[in-house]
Amino acid sequence: MRTRRLRLASLALSAVSLLVVPLAGCSNGSGSGDSNVSLRMTVWSNDTSQTALFNSIAADYRKTHPDIASISFDYLPIDNYTTALTTQIAGSNPPDMAWVLERDAPDFVSSGALTDLGPTLKKTAGYQYDDLAPAATKLWTQGGDLYAYPFSTSPFGMFYNKDLLAKAGVTRTPDQLVADHQWTWQNAEKMAAQVAAHTDKQGLVIRDWDYKTWIELAALWRGWGADAWSADGKTCEFDSPKMQQAMTFLHDAIFKDKALPGPGETADFFAGESALTITQISRATLLADHPFTWGIVPLPAGPAGASQVIGQAGIGVMTKGSHKQQAADFVAYFTDAANSAKLARYFPPARDSQLTTATLAKANPMFTPQQLQNVVIDGIKTGSVLPSHQNSAKIANLVQNALDPMWKSGANVGSVLAGVCKAIAPALSQ
Amino acid sequence: MEKIRPARERASTPHRPSGSRRFWTLRRRDTFSGWLFVLPQTLGFLAFVLYPLIAVVYSSFHTSNVLSGVTKYAGTKNYSQLVHDPATPSVARATVLFCIALVVINIGLALLLAVLLNQRLRGTTVFRTLFFSPVVVSLVAWTITWNFLLQNNGGINSMLHAVGVDGPNWLRGDNSALVSVVIVQVFKNVGLNMVLFLAALQGVPRSLLEAAAIDGAGPWRRFRSVVLPMISPTTLLTTIVTISGSLQVFAQIQILTEGGPSNRTNVLVYFFYQQAFDNHDFGYGSAVAVVLFAIILVLTLVQWRLRKKWVFYES
Repeated sequence: MRTRRLRLASLALSAVSLLVVPLAGCSNGSGSGDSNVSLRMTVWSNDTSQTALFNSIAADYRKTHPDIASISFDYLPIDNYTTALTTQIAGSNPPDMAWVLERDAPDFVSSGALTDLGPTLKKTAGYQYDDLAPAATKLWTQGGDLYAYPFSTSPFGMFYNKDLLAKAGVTRTPDQLVADHQWTWQNAEKMAAQVAAHTDKQGLVIRDWDYKTWIELAALWRGWGADAWSADGKTCEFDSPKMQQAMTFLHDAIFKDKALPGPGETADFFAGESALTITQISRATLLADHPFTWGIVPLPAGPAGASQVIGQAGIGVMTKGSHKQQAADFVAYFTDAANSAKLARYFPPARDSQLTTATLAKANPMFTPQQLQNVVIDGIKTGSVLPSHQNSAKIANLVQNALDPMWKSGANVGSVLAGVCKAIAPALSQ
Repeated sequence: MEKIRPARERASTPHRPSGSRRFWTLRRRDTFSGWLFVLPQTLGFLAFVLYPLIAVVYSSFHTSNVLSGVTKYAGTKNYSQLVHDPATPSVARATVLFCIALVVINIGLALLLAVLLNQRLRGTTVFRTLFFSPVVVSLVAWTITWNFLLQNNGGINSMLHAVGVDGPNWLRGDNSALVSVVIVQVFKNVGLNMVLFLAALQGVPRSLLEAAAIDGAGPWRRFRSVVLPMISPTTLLTTIVTISGSLQVFAQIQILTEGGPSNRTNVLVYFFYQQAFDNHDFGYGSAVAVVLFAIILVLTLVQWRLRKKWVFYES
């Protein structure tokens, strides 16, 4: 009887240990010490060629830094990237380094979530800190301190499918219209409508928008000189006359001319399902096995003239990370002149010395020198970054909900835009 | 014959050889073994249920900035914010409509299917399997598939177009979006309730139905006056589980509509997610979660209290 009880007690103890041991393993202790450091960077790219490049840079770094046991690149899908990242931070499991979207930059920089990288980058031998373009670092700088390195300054451009345009009977390609100084939103819209009318494919797709991620529409409304809010972020400008004109143009293009796929309709340019798409040039890797001939031109000009838009991404070191200095040292290596040139294949660099046609052409064999000059170099020099705000996450949801009534035929554009301002005014002033 | 002494008496037998043996009396050993057995479950409950529950209540009375890590006491500010939030009426409307539609359609359809499949006909097993199979399919895979089908240029509208019907923009329409989410959820889970009803129907004694038939009761009268009361415990169970489940539907909303258009499908649990995880406002999100918990608790208690009025127990 006693043996049986002991056996039962042992069984129960085993069950407890099964529960407790894994829990103990979850603790975030840095028992490995600083001589056996594991670094983790959250990224939103799962492109295998990009990941291979990151891993090769990390492997090279580890050869000269035996204290770094491993460097991992933790993929989080872009759709919920910031949500997943902040959840890790809230759960006391922050990464050592993180990519940060431009729209979240003010929130991350002002909150103290990121550490100042300036001292580490400046003291790193051969880093050439002064080579960083001030326009590129502006969003990530506060009080003269640099809180993230803008590793990607990627202009938006208009990709087009030459084969599909020809099939639809379009005689003048976007490149020809650019050369003739007639590359306007009106002409682009007519072209897209013609494709939709004469083929079974779609005309123009504003990639990643999908009637939800409205911030992508900045590529259009900046052509009208409109913006989401004032430069200080305090005043809503969705109800401005310029924005009304831009959104009316977009609404007519969708619901009258069918130049863009309607809500709930999907089309992927890179799969040959639309003739034109607006996206960042870093998406060009999707054309590696393209089944059609393609071209890329800058964004069309609107009534306010040509206005280029830039998406940015920064790499920051998390304040709550366990190995801040080691992480900052790795960022300094990851983004030095030599590695920046390697990364330039996918991510346009923030270094003035590398923003030349010759340098970019080496890293981007898919583009012609003319395309790199027109879209990348001129885009970075003249473009403005997508809207960002300290309260960006909350505002993004509010705008999305308030814009929903616009995405139906017969919507009152002015009334909807006034509703957007009413919805976000309190959040802007916070 | 030696009289068997109770455990307490045996445990206190004076001639124990050592101090430790005196401490480990039979009663204490029983108690200790008992605690060891319940310890894993108790630890799990404390760590993964009670602690988070207390933490959420605590968090609901604070404001916290996830990025800076600063947390401040806020009193009832978060609850007040919920009352005055312009989105609250839309969220409340979506939650109530979703809950009612889901419960009525799910329970009604499950019962109907169970009655139909309770007949002794060829092929009923095939249909039972067919209706139950979505229950074992991955929720996310199921919902993503429906997401493709429900697009404006998706499979369902293509089929409708083939027969000359212009289908609505299912996931973007003001009314069709909620209907779509309800339908996807009903088809996912109706099989489970159907199986429960089927088991209950097969437990209804034939003698009662025959007696009712002899007394002149028709099929509908037999169903209403004999079958329904006899399966009422199952109806109570399925109703409680379905109502509770309807208030916790998240993945379907996230994948299909993200709460849109214009908050038409933004039910309370999704609203909680948006506030806590999208907007990084854990304090406000926690207040929403506490309100949701209270609603589910009250609804469950009310149903439990009302069971005596409509649930028939043979015992």
